[in-house]
Amino acid sequence: MSSTLLRSSAVRAALRTSPTKVARAGLAGSTFVRGKATLPDLPYDYGALEPSISGKIMELHHDKHHQTYVTSLNNFSEQMAEAKQKDDVKAQIALQPMINFHGGGHINHTLFWENLAPQSQGGGEPPTGKLSQSINDSYGSLDAMKEKFNAALAGIQGSGWAWLVQDTQTGSIQIKTYANQDPVVGQFRPILGIDAWEHAYYLDYQNRKAEYFKAIWNVVNWKAAEKRFQ
Amino acid sequence: MTGSSSSSLLLILLSLKFLHTTATEQAQQPFEFGEMAAPTYSLPPLPYAYDALEPYISKQIMELHHGKHHQTYITNLNAALKTQAEAVHASDIAGQVSLQQGIRFNAGGHINHSLFWQNMCPASSPDAKRSAAPKLVKQIKATWGDEEKFREAFKAALLGIQGSGWGWLVKIENGKEQRLSIVTTKDQDPVVGKGEVPVFGIDMWEHAYYLQYLNGKAAYVENIWNVINWKTAEERYLGTPADAFKILKASM
Repeated sequence: MSSTLLRSSAVRAALRTSPTKVARAGLAGSTFVRGKATLPDLPYDYGALEPSISGKIMELHHDKHHQTYVTSLNNFSEQMAEAKQKDDVKAQIALQPMINFHGGGHINHTLFWENLAPQSQGGGEPPTGKLSQSINDSYGSLDAMKEKFNAALAGIQGSGWAWLVQDTQTGSIQIKTYANQDPVVGQFRPILGIDAWEHAYYLDYQNRKAEYFKAIWNVVNWKAAEKRFQ
Repeated sequence: MTGSSSSSLLLILLSLKFLHTTATEQAQQPFEFGEMAAPTYSLPPLPYAYDALEPYISKQIMELHHGKHHQTYITNLNAALKTQAEAVHASDIAGQVSLQQGIRFNAGGHINHSLFWQNMCPASSPDAKRSAAPKLVKQIKATWGDEEKFREAFKAALLGIQGSGWGWLVKIENGKEQRLSIVTTKDQDPVVGKGEVPVFGIDMWEHAYYLQYLNGKAAYVENIWNVINWKTAEERYLGTPADAFKILKASM
């Protein structure tokens, strides 16, 4: 899991990093040479999802929260590499939850930014093609799926995410919730995720999270979801 | 509109009104199944004003946290307990089991917040001084070496929570043995284990600090020490779990 993550992060970093990020990655030193995770650029401006999500939330969420997951992931990955080098199995096991949490935070947010878009870039436009067909087959209609999705979001006890996932064994889609930053890995493929952590909506919506769950569909990028669906 | 259609409309409106009234009255009936009546909890009043913990916790946070978040746990708890009483009455064991997690979460939210409001006080209060807890502070020093080390350990535990949760100082009694421990719990899991007394708790849900501290939760964790009610902490430390939880009986 962690090696796959590091590889994909390295690829992503190579494809996207700006010169400053390359310079920052260069500080890694010689103890950890594999790819470092970097904060991906948002494909739209911080204010572009207003009024569904304010620019202030987007800036904090991307530049502070996501950045902290990236920084911590790199830190714990480095410790993991050292523990492996020393064949210290106990240290490796102790580090697993940290990789899961911070690596999960990095993966989840990276997918989340991509599956949102301003309305001028297609945000809120309903899915088409095979994904649309699959949603209709499973839920009857897009609206019925959204209703179930919002109920799943509202039912999360604590911090977490709700995802539309595809079962890699059967190809069918379903709605699943994940605690904290647990990422969608293994049997399921992430198609569309909504962040239900309080930091994702609290400045705009406070305790009225149902309003956030309703509003966010106006900026869901179904084109990105369609690309993930196989 | 003809006379006959308008009188039909009136009739429909009247029956709707009748239905509506009946439903409302039913909702207001006290819930009873003989002796199976479910208890109803209510929001305990804050022991200080909403702005009393400023500048460390803002009035806006306190209003939302107490008036909205805590109230929602109570509303959901009461609903779940009512459904549970019905399931008990109907001998629906599967129904009862399916309600357990919801009851744990919402009851935990009610318990945790009720204890939390009480274990804070305005920074200007004499209760906010550690001298208000001589026996507890002595035990803290004996356990962690000094208060600074205790606060550092508590801070590390709080900042290590992955997701929503709480950090508690807990007195654990096992026969004649008694010790203090820093315990973190996830989501709204309450400290209700055998022999465990929650001495004081700190809410690490983002709603507890986000409007004021944003992503800077370390600053919240630093600042909250100014408004810990050490008098209450001392009382809980010297008391039993039932003593700590008496606030819950008072808000029924």
